[in-house]
Amino acid sequence: MKFGIQVNEGPYTHQASDTAYQFTKAALENGHEVMRVFFYHDGVNNGTRLTTPPQDDRNVVNRWVDLAEKHDLDLVVCVAAAQRRGLVDEDEAKRNSKDADNIAPRFRISGLGQLIEAGIQCDRLVVFGD
Amino acid sequence: MILHTVNKSPFQNDSLAGCLRVAKEGSAILLIEDGVYAATKGTKVSASIEEAMKSVKVYALTPDLETRGVQDRVIDGVELVDYAGFVNLAAEYSAVQSWL
Amino acid sequence: MADEMMEEGGTVKKFMYLNRKAPYGTIYALESLEVVLIGAAFEQDVSLVFMDDGIYQIKKDQDTAGTEMKNFSKTYRALEMYDVEKLYVEKESMEARGLTEDDLVVDVEVMTSEQIKDLMEDQDVLLSF
Repeated sequence: MKFGIQVNEGPYTHQASDTAYQFTKAALENGHEVMRVFFYHDGVNNGTRLTTPPQDDRNVVNRWVDLAEKHDLDLVVCVAAAQRRGLVDEDEAKRNSKDADNIAPRFRISGLGQLIEAGIQCDRLVVFGD
Repeated sequence: MILHTVNKSPFQNDSLAGCLRVAKEGSAILLIEDGVYAATKGTKVSASIEEAMKSVKVYALTPDLETRGVQDRVIDGVELVDYAGFVNLAAEYSAVQSWL
Repeated sequence: MADEMMEEGGTVKKFMYLNRKAPYGTIYALESLEVVLIGAAFEQDVSLVFMDDGIYQIKKDQDTAGTEMKNFSKTYRALEMYDVEKLYVEKESMEARGLTEDDLVVDVEVMTSEQIKDLMEDQDVLLSF
């Protein structure tokens, strides 16, 4: 199966990102393909490199980054949602005159078309949210 | 047939109720996250789950039950799956409808 | 431009957007509409279902001056121009909220839960927000 994953909520406040991660990991470990993980609404906040969660708890952002490293996972943050919420890469910072960027490695910012494309190309689109 | 997922407690909002109205006979419901409370015995929604099981399969995600300490009181007939099982269900059914 | 947007091989799938949340209290209604608009360029077979509080998204007479929020209700009327014409409302949800079709800002088809069951089963991609 080729899966597309949509994550609608940010790290910690909702369990959505956790469940999405566990599902994605299980899918990959069982030999399925995960074409893309698309982060929408507050889900874009999974893509910041600036979190410092407590040491005794899971590191939601780093987990996604590590999974992406291991499996060459495409982690996409929606540009419109990211702009609203201040999730910025170098290009976006230049384009919108921001004095900093904060995106985590392995995440990339792109358009909503990437979500629709995943819907079209994948066998299953699974949505995790509130 | 579709796999429906419900992630909210039935005491918090009406996602489960909406799902039960619209889940067709032969489809399946997987309770995840706070939705697993609906899988527990002796609540005011237990009867509606038992009723639903006459026409749809009801599953609950074990890690979420255990995390919440309610793994010991699951309604008879609710099948337990782990994350690998969740993936298998998503593959087995034709599409996944998330009730958020 | 349209050719670039078309999927290679011209795959057309049935996309259903399930809208169950009220507008303004949260952003889901607005941002899901943005997906519908962008998605229109991909020329898929799109249905929008409004159920539970989602029906409030298409209520007439929204005036956002006092809350200073963006009024996006008119955008539902523009969907027709994007070839998104299949808008459905669940009868039970509408009646539970004391609403009728006359209260809505667009033309919709009212369906019972039974009918929505079948509509949903017919879809390829099920989006929720």
